[in-house]
Amino acid sequence: MQAVSHVYGNSWVCKTILTDSHNRTIRRVAWSPCGQFLASASFDATTCIWDRRSGEFECTATLEGHENEVKSVTWAPSGNFLATCSRDKSVWVWDVDQEDDDFQCAGVLTSHSEDVKNVRWHPEKEVLASCSYDNSLRLFHEDDDDWISFAKLEGHESTVWDFTFNKTGNRIASCSDDKSIKIWQEYLPGNDEGIATPEGVSKWKCVCTLSGHHHRAVYSIDWCHLTGMIATACGDDAVRIFLEDGTSLDQRNEPSFYPINIKHQAHREDVNCVSWNPTEAGLLASCGDDGSIKLWKVPTN
Amino acid sequence: MLVTTLCVFHFIRNMTLELRQETSKKIDKPELSKATTTGTGRPNSLKVVHGTSVCAMGSQMSIPDSENQKQDDELQSLAADVYDIIKDIQDPEKPNTLEELNVVFEEGIHMTRLHDMEDAYTVHIAFTPTVPHCSLATLIGLCIRVKLERSLPFKHKVDITITEGTHSTEESINKQINDKERIAAAMENPNLKELVEKCIKEEDY
Repeated sequence: MQAVSHVYGNSWVCKTILTDSHNRTIRRVAWSPCGQFLASASFDATTCIWDRRSGEFECTATLEGHENEVKSVTWAPSGNFLATCSRDKSVWVWDVDQEDDDFQCAGVLTSHSEDVKNVRWHPEKEVLASCSYDNSLRLFHEDDDDWISFAKLEGHESTVWDFTFNKTGNRIASCSDDKSIKIWQEYLPGNDEGIATPEGVSKWKCVCTLSGHHHRAVYSIDWCHLTGMIATACGDDAVRIFLEDGTSLDQRNEPSFYPINIKHQAHREDVNCVSWNPTEAGLLASCGDDGSIKLWKVPTN
Repeated sequence: MLVTTLCVFHFIRNMTLELRQETSKKIDKPELSKATTTGTGRPNSLKVVHGTSVCAMGSQMSIPDSENQKQDDELQSLAADVYDIIKDIQDPEKPNTLEELNVVFEEGIHMTRLHDMEDAYTVHIAFTPTVPHCSLATLIGLCIRVKLERSLPFKHKVDITITEGTHSTEESINKQINDKERIAAAMENPNLKELVEKCIKEEDY
C-alpha cells in the first residue's frame, strides 16, 4: 500500500484555526451533509456548531446537556437531525433547523449502561446507531414522535469502539477492544430466512466475526460505499483493509471476509481513526497518537 | 520444559476459541507463538496475542534452546529495568512506595516482543492493590501508566491489570485502567493530575 500525498506538500494548507470555543479536548468533528456547517464535540460536555455560510467560520450554537465528556457528534444524511453521545451513557438526538441555526433536543436515549463511544446515522433511513463501553451496539428510531431503541446487538466481549454501515445500510461492521470485527446483517419483517421480527421491526444478527487479525484494540472502522472495502485502525499501529469474498455458498447469512491489504506501522503509534473519501475510490485518511494525519491510496482491484 | 508446556496451552486454548466463534476467518500466515518470560510461570499471565494459531507446536520446538534462552535473558533484563521505574512510585494513601507495600513486584512484569519490530515491547504489569477500594486501584493503575509512558526508553505498548483474585471488581478496574479515552479524560482533571504527579515524582535524596 503506497502512502500518497505528503502532509507537507503544497496541496494541503491550513486555512483557519478555530479557537475560543472549547476548553478541553475536542474529540470529534463532523461536516453537515450540505457542507456549510461543522460540529465539534468536546470533553467539556458541549458540542459547538460552526456556520461558514458567511465565508468565515462562526460558532452560532452551543449544544449543552450532557453531564460529562461528549465522545461523538454526527449529522443525519437527510439534514433533519444531529446526534451526540457521551460518557454519561446517553445519546441525544437534536432536531435541526438550518434556516434559523436552531437545534432543539428531540430525545435523550439512556439505553446503554456505560459510556457511549460513537453514534452514526443509517445512510438511507432515519435510524441512528450507537456503540458502547458496555460491549453492545444499539439502534434507535422514532416511534410516534418518541425516539426509542428497537435493537440491541450483543456479542463483543469488550468495549465497542466504532462501527460503520455498508452502502445500503443493511449491514454493520463493528470493531472492539476485544480485537475483533463483527459483521451484522439486518433481517426485515417477512424475511426469507424465517427470522422472527417481533413488533414488526428488523432483527439484526451477527453473521461473521473476524478474529486473529488485529493484535490490539481496534479503534476505528469505515466501510467504503464505492468499493465495499472495510478499513480498520488498530492499537498495533497498523491499518488493515478487508473485503467480502464471493466464495461463501450463503453470502447473506454466512459471508466471508478476508484481509486484502495490511500496512504495518502506518503510524508510529496507535492508529485512532480511518475514513474513506466519499467520492474518490481508494483514498483513505488515517490519524494516530503520533500526531499525524496520513492519506493513503489503496489499490481497488 | 516450560516452553513446550506454554505451547500446548496455547494450542488447546486456541482450539476452544475457534469452536466458540460463529464464523471465523483466520487468514494470517503461520506465526511462531512468542514465548513470554515469566518469573513464576503462572498460566493466567499468558496472553494469546495471535488468536490465529497455527499453534506451531512443531516450529516452536525447532528454535534452538540457546536462542530461546538468550531471548528470555533479554526480556528478563528489560523486565527488571521496568520494575526499577515503577517500584518507587508513592502509594496515594500511605507514606510508602509501591514496592514497600508489595503492590508491585518483579514477578508481576512480563515483556513480550512487539510484532515484527526491533527494540519494541509490550509490557504487561500486574499489581496487587493494598485495599479492595475501587478508586485507589484505578489511581495506582494510572500512576504506573503515566510513569512508564514518560520513562520507558524503548517503543512500547502497556497493559496493566490487577493480580487475579485480589480484588472483587478486578474486571471492571482492568477495563477502566486500559481504556485510553477514559484515561485521557481523567488526566484533564487538574486535581487528579496533581495527585498523580505527586505520586510519581522522583524524590531527590
